[in-house]
Amino acid sequence: MLGVGILKGLTETARNFFGSYVNKDRLTTIQFPEERAPRIEASRNFPFLVYDGTDAMQGLRCVSCLICEKECPPKCIFIEKSTDKKPDATGKPQFYPAKFNIDVSVCMSCQICVEVCPFDAIKMDNAFELSATDRFDDLLWDKNRLAKPNEYYREVHPTEAAAVDAELAAARAKAAAPKAPPPPPAQPATPTATPPAKETPAEK
Amino acid sequence: MTPDTIDQIFVISKHLLLGYLPSSLQPVVSAILSVVPVLVVFPLLFAITTVLERKGLGRIQNRYGPNRVGPFGFSQPIADGIKSLTKEDIIPRNADQVVHFLAPLLLVLAAFLAYAVLPIGRNMVITNLNAGVLFFFAIGSMVELAVFMAGWSSRSKYSLLGAMRAVAQMISYEIPLVLASIVIIMVSGSLSTVDIVNLQAGYTSIWPHWFVFTPWGFAGFLLFMVAATAESNRSPFDLPEGESEIIAGYYIEYSGFKFALFFLGEYLGMFATSGLAITLFLGGWAAPFSFLTWIPSYFWFFAKLLVLIAVFIWIRGTFPRLRMDQLMNLAWKFMLPMSLLNIVTAGVWHFMPAGIVRWLVCIALLVAPCLLLSRLLKQGKKLQVRTYRFAE
Repeated sequence: MLGVGILKGLTETARNFFGSYVNKDRLTTIQFPEERAPRIEASRNFPFLVYDGTDAMQGLRCVSCLICEKECPPKCIFIEKSTDKKPDATGKPQFYPAKFNIDVSVCMSCQICVEVCPFDAIKMDNAFELSATDRFDDLLWDKNRLAKPNEYYREVHPTEAAAVDAELAAARAKAAAPKAPPPPPAQPATPTATPPAKETPAEK
Repeated sequence: MTPDTIDQIFVISKHLLLGYLPSSLQPVVSAILSVVPVLVVFPLLFAITTVLERKGLGRIQNRYGPNRVGPFGFSQPIADGIKSLTKEDIIPRNADQVVHFLAPLLLVLAAFLAYAVLPIGRNMVITNLNAGVLFFFAIGSMVELAVFMAGWSSRSKYSLLGAMRAVAQMISYEIPLVLASIVIIMVSGSLSTVDIVNLQAGYTSIWPHWFVFTPWGFAGFLLFMVAATAESNRSPFDLPEGESEIIAGYYIEYSGFKFALFFLGEYLGMFATSGLAITLFLGGWAAPFSFLTWIPSYFWFFAKLLVLIAVFIWIRGTFPRLRMDQLMNLAWKFMLPMSLLNIVTAGVWHFMPAGIVRWLVCIALLVAPCLLLSRLLKQGKKLQVRTYRFAE
């Protein structure tokens, strides 16, 4: 009959209208600054540099191999390789980035730097409130600002971080193991050459 | 103070003020004292309506709507006003500068002029014209001129399309709008809005004598409200400004406060037509029951107005926009015959003796053709479930 559809539609909207005052589950809006949705694990926004241990500059996994700088499509990573070597978190002397800057305003969140990094040194963060008042200094992040501990990585990407940690541990154990069992028969005289017997995995 | 004093408080205080003036100044000051409250109250109502509408539409869609500015977001209109005042006023280089400037002013002027004949309370009307309804419709058609001026002078294809649509729609719906109100003029025998309300202000035991409580009055009210929705360019008849098709229609080239003026004019037009619907069908300022007459008459007028505005918002939140041919079909093939039939029914009602038979005959005279007509109009159409071949 004429008009039945109109009445049906009107009842539906009226039910929504009154229901939204009675039933709070209907209102799915999260009122952002006060309320926050939990961060989504699979989301990514901007890279950060992972470090092990407590001292950020000491424990950076980055050995400034410059692969990410070369691969970065919008060319927003600027690295200056160090001239000297410095012991990393595991104590092995490595090159380190004297400067490591990423331009927030240029980065397109493609994650290619993460994909190409052989040292698991750069990972994606899902923090998204990156706006700043100064468009020059505040948007070019240096390594002090980019460095975040491995614990933070475990917090934002638990699944991925567990896999990376397991892989790293396996690689470090593997790096340590061949030194331990084979040396006794072959070269028992060099246990002091590489004292910690641990190193970052050279290749995946 | 008796209820009667409270009811007439504005009238009494106006006469008191006028008493202190020399008689040569009295007509001018009297006009100013009548007009200024209308110029203040209805834009304020517009401000409140915008925020209520946004909140209501939000709730209809299960979201909060504006709730940031002020308590519960009710200061939002102030923020909107400041924003539109501080925006740059852009006039397109190729636009007809003068007409482009005049169009929003004319729209608001036309909307305001219509309030001159609306009785918003007992003895509270700016002018009691003896051709008040005629004046209202004459002023109402000035809106079309303003809309077309805006669309034509902007020199934009979108605005021209919007203006063409608006004019076509407004002219089409003006006919059922006027024909729907003709029944009231027939029955009351007067074109004066004040007389029409006075006729409805009586009571049988507790029930009011509103025209909406008769078969022809009810049908006329429905027809009037549908036509009024189309006249005020509101959803589902918002083709002239269909955002998804022609962006903003006739006011696309307007920015800043001129844009806000278009908004204001549109809402004032809606309030004015709602006010006329109240005057013609819903008893104007008369209370709905005889035991409620102690509440001031202006309260009842604004209560009814707010109810009608709520219905407008409800309808806007419910229905999708019509297509142009559906819009025209509704106006010319359905509403025009029905409103003509309604006039016949009002005549039959007038000449039949009062009683249940009169009711049955008049209801049958309206319902049967309505059903037949809607069946007939559906016949040619293939109503089928739309299938999506490529989007699956």
